[in-house]
Amino acid sequence: MTATSDREQMAYVSAQAADARVNVELDTGDMTLNIGPQHPATHGTLRIACQLDGEQVVVAEPIMGYMHRGYEKLCEVRTYPQCTTLINRIDWLGSFANEVPFILAAERLMEVEAPPRAQWIRTILFELSRIANVALFLGDMGVQIGALTPVFFAFRDRERVLNQIEEVTGGRFHPNFDRIGGLKDDIPKGWIEETRSVMVKMRTFCDEMEDLLVGNEIFQARCRGVGVIPPEVALGYGLSGANLRASGVDWDLRRDANPGLSWDQVDWRVWTHPDGDSFSRYWVRLQETREATRIVDQLLDGIPSGPIMAKVPRIIKVPAGEAYISTENPLGEMGYYIVSKGDLGPFRVKIRTPSFNNISIVPWVMRGVYVPDVITILGSLYFILGDIDR
Amino acid sequence: MTDETTTEETPLADDKRERLLNDLSESFGEILVESHLRPHEDVWFRVKIEAWQDAAMVAKGAGFEYFGFLSAIDWHIAPEGRYEDTEFDAGLVEEDDEPVEIDSSTGYGGGDTRFQMLMQLYSLNEQVGMILKADVGDDMTVDTVRDVFPGADWHERETHEMFGISFRGHPTLQPLYLPTEFEGHPLRKDFPLLARQVKPWPGVVDIEEIPEHLEAQLEAEVMAAFEANEGGS
Repeated sequence: MTATSDREQMAYVSAQAADARVNVELDTGDMTLNIGPQHPATHGTLRIACQLDGEQVVVAEPIMGYMHRGYEKLCEVRTYPQCTTLINRIDWLGSFANEVPFILAAERLMEVEAPPRAQWIRTILFELSRIANVALFLGDMGVQIGALTPVFFAFRDRERVLNQIEEVTGGRFHPNFDRIGGLKDDIPKGWIEETRSVMVKMRTFCDEMEDLLVGNEIFQARCRGVGVIPPEVALGYGLSGANLRASGVDWDLRRDANPGLSWDQVDWRVWTHPDGDSFSRYWVRLQETREATRIVDQLLDGIPSGPIMAKVPRIIKVPAGEAYISTENPLGEMGYYIVSKGDLGPFRVKIRTPSFNNISIVPWVMRGVYVPDVITILGSLYFILGDIDR
Repeated sequence: MTDETTTEETPLADDKRERLLNDLSESFGEILVESHLRPHEDVWFRVKIEAWQDAAMVAKGAGFEYFGFLSAIDWHIAPEGRYEDTEFDAGLVEEDDEPVEIDSSTGYGGGDTRFQMLMQLYSLNEQVGMILKADVGDDMTVDTVRDVFPGADWHERETHEMFGISFRGHPTLQPLYLPTEFEGHPLRKDFPLLARQVKPWPGVVDIEEIPEHLEAQLEAEVMAAFEANEGGS
């Protein structure tokens, strides 16, 4: 399937490029344009080497490794509780959500289950990370097309969510709060009410973004029909999260493969969009942020009482075995494949990050697009550099 | 290595995965070496390395269209590469001490060689994942699955630089993360982590054993706190 569509797309691109050359006597081929490593659209240090033919991209090759920190190797020489410190720093905008699949995988190997209260609070913090993370995207997408206001709104309102996370965990970006068997602490007094009012504000923020961007004529012109990814291509590349759902694939790990958190206790829905273009990726994320605030509202109503920590030994030794657990993180499917040999630390950890797969489609999707569209497509794919480079 | 296809640890039967295990074992036929099932968790298949690409195609044909990840495992037993601070590595273990136990097991589905390929696929129709493994031979070469799952392109590049495994048929096996002039394969177990050798790891204190005379007392305290918490709130 993909092989044919690759060829078809190549033929289409070369035909278009040939058309563009008809009236121009100049040879415009073989120009190389470097986007990044320090371009604002790259959210960090990612370089995209584009070979241009006139205004169109022929080959776009992402070049990374500027931030490679070797976490898979470092995890091998640490104990399980120490690994979460590193893992926090993979997707630095949705940090609490990073810890959860790793802890769940370790818990599965140990055959420990966190008490219900811990699971609910975990789910709440997970969704708060999602809101804080995606809120920044919702504003940042405006910057990619030259609208500066939304990003200031996003930074302003995201701070409210970060404050709530900080109140519980003590850290804005690197909470390091999840423990094997439960959580480090309980939620503070009065936190539930505060969070509820923050969720109301975040819904207002989503409405503002909708008014500012979604209905905006320029935004629509720049994003509609740009960077279309068909569902079968998206699956082959392993795209996940909102990028996959924007291509019309109705798949959400929270609903379909819940690894033991409380999403099945509340009433919510998965949003998809049939178009697969930059606009639909923005739209899906906007709806998901709204949905997340509703999930948090419902979860806040029903936090069960009880302990927040299961009985676990003081020195954590994980029995031998292998486990792969992935969750629906703000950016997509994040999973940890842990190989344990019964030691204090993991024998091997394979970190499957969403952005790595999401960006690997760049060479495919960039073929034949115009240079300004490179920026909007990159922005709409939404990646965090730490999540690509690990 | 024994065939551990039937696992009777959990009372609840996992029909979905068992059916999948039977169906795929049949489709794989001769190329399957070993399989393993953990009910309600995952299914593992170990296939012959020559049939790595075919196995990917069979899996894709059986509905596993979603490409999760591709990587490798180095089963090399190298305590010296793991705990530079342990007594064993520091050379403090005397010859007449008890020999250090070396665990040479190779995970679910088994493994006979040092390097093993690892691939995770997901079926959206069945909502179930599977893990595919294959032992890498001495020539350290595997067929590329890039044509089956285009997403494998970068994963293979990463595996190539991190483990030194070559992929037959992959057009651009340039380094993805590492600088071009980098020597060695960092995720191999015998690749030393230099930072640890320069400076001892301070985190080792974290896992210090509790002195014997305090152990009972601490245990009682923890239990008391736990019970108080469980009864209250």
